[in-house]
Amino acid sequence: MDEALQRTLTPTVIGILVRRGAHFAAAEDAVQDALVEAVRAWPDDPPRDPKGWLVTVAWRKFLDAARADTSRRHREVRVEGEPMPGPGEVVDDTLQLYFLCAHPSLTPASAVALTLRAVGGLTTRQIAQAYLVPEATMAQRISRAKRTVSGVRFNQPGDVATVLRVLYLVFNEGYSGDVDLAGEAIRLTRQLAAKTNHEEIAGLLALMLLHHARRPARTGPDGRLVPLAEQDRSLWNTRLITEGVDVLQTALTRDRLGEFQAQAAIAALHADARTAEETDWVQIVEWYDELVRLTDSPVARLNRAVAVGEADGPRAGLAALAGLDPALPRHPAVAAYLHERDGDPVTAARLYAEAARSAPNLPERDHLTRQAARLKAELRS
Amino acid sequence: MAKYLLLKHYRGAPASVNDVPMDQWTPEELSAHIQYMQDFAARLEGTGEFVDGQALSPEGTFVRYDGEGRPPVTDGPFAETKDLIAGWMVIDVETYERALELAGELSAAPGAAGKPIHEWLEVRPFLAAAPTITE
Repeated sequence: MDEALQRTLTPTVIGILVRRGAHFAAAEDAVQDALVEAVRAWPDDPPRDPKGWLVTVAWRKFLDAARADTSRRHREVRVEGEPMPGPGEVVDDTLQLYFLCAHPSLTPASAVALTLRAVGGLTTRQIAQAYLVPEATMAQRISRAKRTVSGVRFNQPGDVATVLRVLYLVFNEGYSGDVDLAGEAIRLTRQLAAKTNHEEIAGLLALMLLHHARRPARTGPDGRLVPLAEQDRSLWNTRLITEGVDVLQTALTRDRLGEFQAQAAIAALHADARTAEETDWVQIVEWYDELVRLTDSPVARLNRAVAVGEADGPRAGLAALAGLDPALPRHPAVAAYLHERDGDPVTAARLYAEAARSAPNLPERDHLTRQAARLKAELRS
Repeated sequence: MAKYLLLKHYRGAPASVNDVPMDQWTPEELSAHIQYMQDFAARLEGTGEFVDGQALSPEGTFVRYDGEGRPPVTDGPFAETKDLIAGWMVIDVETYERALELAGELSAAPGAAGKPIHEWLEVRPFLAAAPTITE
C-alpha cells in the first residue's frame, strides 16, 4: 500500500465530506476509520482510484456513525440535500484544514496533534509514538482539540502566522520513534507553499530544507551532537540546499521580509560556506540585526552575540552578550564559548559546567559536559 | 509540551502536614485515597496530559559489578539510605506552572481522617530530544 499517497489524500477527502454536509469532527473521524480500513484492504486489493475509494468508504463510515445516533445526526449533517457550493464559493479545502487545525483557540500541542492527523493523515498511534505519550492520551488530546474548534466555520479565512508556528513546532521537535516529524513538517509546508503564494510560507520551507540538509552531519556515529563548525560538510545534502536557496531567493524578491525568511537567510549563508572558516559572519550579523528588529526576541539577540563574536572577535561578542538576561536558556553556553575564544579557559570551563547543568536536553548536556571536561583536562596538563 | 516526573517518596522528603502512616488509616480512608489517585490519573488521561504512573515496592536491593567473571555483589536494603522512592507519575503538559498545579492537586490526596495529606512531591523536568534549529 502506498502510505504516502494515502496520507496526501487525507485532507482532500475530509474536505469533500465537509462539503457534502458533514461536520468537521465527524468527517475527520470517518476518514480516520477509512484509513484504518485501507491499511487492511489495500495490500490484497489495491484500488484503481484510491481517492474515490477513500471518499466512498469514508462517506459510508460517516453515514453509519450518524445513523447510530439520530440526535447526533441532526448536529453533524447540517441539512440533508444542502446544495453544493456554487463556483464563487469554491475554496481550497486542504488550505481551510490547515487554518482550522492551527486555530488560535487551540493550545500549541493540540494544534500540532490535530494538524498531524487531519492534514498529515497520521494515525493517533503514530502521533502518540512520535510524542512519547500513550495512545489513549493522544486520542483525548485530539478529541478535545476537535471539540474546541467545533464552532469554527470551515470556510473562514485563517491566519497564516499561526499555521507556520504549528509547522515550525513539528519540525523542531527532533527525531523520535518511527515517524520522521521533520520530514513530515517539510511535506506539509511544501504542500502549503504549493497552494499559497506567501513569502513567509516560502521562508519557513527554505529554513526547514536548509536545516534538514545538514541532518546527516549533525550527529556523530555514537549519537553525539556535532557543532556546525565541526560538521563534515561533504555530508550536507546539496539537493536540499539548492532547493532551499531557490525557494528563499524567490521569496526575498517580494521584498516583504519576515522572521522565517531572515532565519533561512542565515541558514543559507552557513550552507554557502565550503568550510567553517569561509563563513560570511559579517552578513550573518546583518541578518541577525534584521531578525532582532522583526521579532525583538532575546533568543535572536543571544545568537546574534555568537555571530558578532565570529565577525568582530570575542570581546565584541561578550559586549553584545552583556545586556542580555543571564537566565536565558543557553546563555551560559554562549558565554563559555566566547570566553574560551577570548583566552580565558578557567571561566569558560566553569561556564560550560554550569551550562551542562541547565541544558534543556540530553545531547546538549552531553556536548557541554564534554566541553567542560576538555578544558579542565587542558588546564591540568 | 514538556514531560515532568512527579516523584513520591517513602522517605527523604520533608514531613507532610497530615503525617499519619498509612497502616494507621481506616480501610475507608485507604479506599478514598486510592480512589483519589485513580480519579486523578483518569482525569489527566482525559485532558491528554497523562503519560505513566507506577508504584514501587519499598523493598529494594543494591547491586554492583564485582569484576570480570564474578557474579554481581548484592547488598541492602540499607536502613540508613536517605531517599526511598515510593512511586511516580509522568505528565506531559504545556507549561511548568501547569506541572506545579497538578503536583499540588496530587499532594491533596486524602489521608487520615479524610483530610488532605499535604505531602511533598518532587517535580523534575525530563531532558528532551535536541531541537533541530538552535542557531
